[in-house]
Amino acid sequence: MSKAIALYLHVHQPYRIRNYSVFDIANQHDYFDAPYDDKTSNKRIMDKVAEKSYLPTNRRLLQLLQDHPEFRLSMSITGTVIEQLERWAPHVLQSFKDLTDTGRVEIVAETFHHSLAFFYSRDEFEIQVQMHKEKIQQVFGQTPQVFRNTELSYNNDLAYWADKAGYKGILAEGWDKVLGWRSSNFMYRPAHTENIRLLMKNYRLSDDIAFRFGDRNWSGWPLTADKFAGWLNDSQDAQVYNLFMDYETFGEHQWEASGIFDFLDHLPKEWLKTPGNAFMTVSETIDAFEPVDYVDVPDTITWADTERDLSAWLGNGMQGCAINAMYELKDAILNTNNLALIEDWRRMQTSDHYYYMCTKWFNDGDIHAYFSPYDNPYDAYIAFMNAYRDLRFRLQEYGVTL
Amino acid sequence: MLGWELPPHNSGGLGIACYQLCKALAKKGADIEFVLPYTANHSDISFMRINAAHPQDVQEVLRSGIAYDSFKYVKKTGEVQHIDLFGQVAIYEQAVQRIVQLAGFDIIHAHDWLTCRAGIRAKMLTGKPLFVHFHSVESDRAGQPFGGNPLVREIEEMALMIADRIVAVSEHTKKAIMREYQIPADKIEVVHNHYDPSNLIPESTDGNAYTYLETMKQQGYKVIVNVGRLTIQKGLPNLLQAFKLVVDHAPKTLLLIVGSGEQRNELIGMSAELGIGENVLFADFQRGKRYRDAYAVADLFVMPSISEPFGLTALEAIGYGTPVLLSNQTGVSEMIKNALKVDFWDIGGMANKMVGLVQNAPLRDELHRNSYREYLSHSWDDSAGKLLSAYQQHTLEAAA
Repeated sequence: MSKAIALYLHVHQPYRIRNYSVFDIANQHDYFDAPYDDKTSNKRIMDKVAEKSYLPTNRRLLQLLQDHPEFRLSMSITGTVIEQLERWAPHVLQSFKDLTDTGRVEIVAETFHHSLAFFYSRDEFEIQVQMHKEKIQQVFGQTPQVFRNTELSYNNDLAYWADKAGYKGILAEGWDKVLGWRSSNFMYRPAHTENIRLLMKNYRLSDDIAFRFGDRNWSGWPLTADKFAGWLNDSQDAQVYNLFMDYETFGEHQWEASGIFDFLDHLPKEWLKTPGNAFMTVSETIDAFEPVDYVDVPDTITWADTERDLSAWLGNGMQGCAINAMYELKDAILNTNNLALIEDWRRMQTSDHYYYMCTKWFNDGDIHAYFSPYDNPYDAYIAFMNAYRDLRFRLQEYGVTL
Repeated sequence: MLGWELPPHNSGGLGIACYQLCKALAKKGADIEFVLPYTANHSDISFMRINAAHPQDVQEVLRSGIAYDSFKYVKKTGEVQHIDLFGQVAIYEQAVQRIVQLAGFDIIHAHDWLTCRAGIRAKMLTGKPLFVHFHSVESDRAGQPFGGNPLVREIEEMALMIADRIVAVSEHTKKAIMREYQIPADKIEVVHNHYDPSNLIPESTDGNAYTYLETMKQQGYKVIVNVGRLTIQKGLPNLLQAFKLVVDHAPKTLLLIVGSGEQRNELIGMSAELGIGENVLFADFQRGKRYRDAYAVADLFVMPSISEPFGLTALEAIGYGTPVLLSNQTGVSEMIKNALKVDFWDIGGMANKMVGLVQNAPLRDELHRNSYREYLSHSWDDSAGKLLSAYQQHTLEAAA
């Protein structure tokens, strides 16, 4: 029986807000322009991630695509990271284009700003999806066919929307609570939809690479490509292994010293050794397999934390206050037709801002702390709310009193 | 005079009070040698001599952070060492022991528990009268009667027993000393603090530093301000609870909290949980113009303290043109009659008064006019005079 790996990597960088204080409000609107030596400097972080992850990983992926005609993968890349690459690292953006130019790298649709707009404003959400689609067409010459929402957030409503919008597939976390006895290694159909297919992440195998790879206390350590391919071959009950993870897994979350690049270098060869094994993009997977069942997800799931819900972004009062404040401004901001103002507002919708305010320190918190450029969630909230007040201040020019 | 800080290296009211008190004493002829625990340039102070008490092998002592943080010692060899508060108190005592043997003086005057051990040592060595001046007691800082660090309480109790005379910054503090340490009332002199109007700096021509708040005021918003350490004794969780009620009734009200402290993160989280995140602004610890402008931008200054020995910031606020709402548990409320007053636990009452003030411009103006007159009617001269006569009483006794 043939089995496929659907490798999908997510590329994203937000526009982090500098330590924007009460004294900056109404005086300067440069929320995203921290000095280079500051921890919140977007350019500095981009330089670091490009050097440690994007460039070395793209070099290897390109080599793998050249060496193995059967090798394929899918990617999503947000508008906010594309813009930053265009501005500060065009050669890095080119290295992504080199991958898609092979014709064997599929780009997945999402919101331009990596936002949670779907849960707050359907109109705004659709605009951001459209913006992303146009950007991908312009930069990569592809039109995405498969959708993923920010943080792999997913529910029946989203699947219904994506079906109506014409996507052939949608991605979600293969979380046990929604799958029940079923396995993520098969194709599914979302409840209440007609044509769309649902690909569910195999989080155990994905996290073996994304989270546990460098953990010396893990029973699977050290993880080599042949060992990993062996696990996949041994499992009888599978059509496709959906390995979904952040792109920055390679070189940034798992450092080069962990051996992560060697693992990547050898994975295609080890997997393709067994006749019938294949790599597929997400669209190819959908074309290749028939759904075995439908999956009903009334409540929102995501790919984060042990709860797999939105609590990492919206779980505490600060996060709720911040995001509600943002979407309350929607009509007033859009009515200005001031593109700079609208864009700043959209950049502040990026989910990362709310993630930095997360106070779930004790289990998942270490992960959160690693990804935050702020000293603590309170500083993140203060900077955000001050920037929000400045947005409101700028609205006054348009006669909006709040 | 044994002190722990002086402006501009102060973290709160203690340094300001010492500075202004000494200035007034010197004006009346007192010859003051002020001993600090750290090295700093005070060339702008000419009315007294300032000495740094540090061990002989040490070149420089630097303060890191606020009064209750550690000190950095730079030795003559270039070596650097960090010493915690209790270690610093002990070193200060040893250094003062050396200094008192070099200079002549008539009175030892020690400010707060931090300098009390040194004061006791000086008295032991010279037999001169010891005044201990309490700007706060440990139970104030802990926010509850009979609370606080037992090591600090022990030093306070010992000093209060050994002292020849005790100076308390308010009746509130005098009562606390009597309650906490069973000290007889007639040993304690209340000498109120003041904020010398000559230290008020007129608002600069380039506008208030809080541009956003000024803009919002033009839109009809009112601004309530609190300035101080974000610590338990200041009663800020009650203020946030009350402010939520204010926003329910008067949505166009903003609260600016200026300061830092261990409650900062708790207060930030709480403001969001209460649903008033958009109305509460936090500006960390500030000095200079940004500090002064916080008073000036306010329509009302609030001091909701659970226990405030004095509360100089309320006088600064009045000096900068802002009326004040004080908890009854503050020393300054003994001095200023023309203020809104409320018990610190009375959240409804606090909200009621804040709403009343922000919705009523005549009340605001009347309250400030009268409080300002009251503020000017007091002065450090009165306090310094009171202190000097107490000094004289003890030097005469000592001579007799």
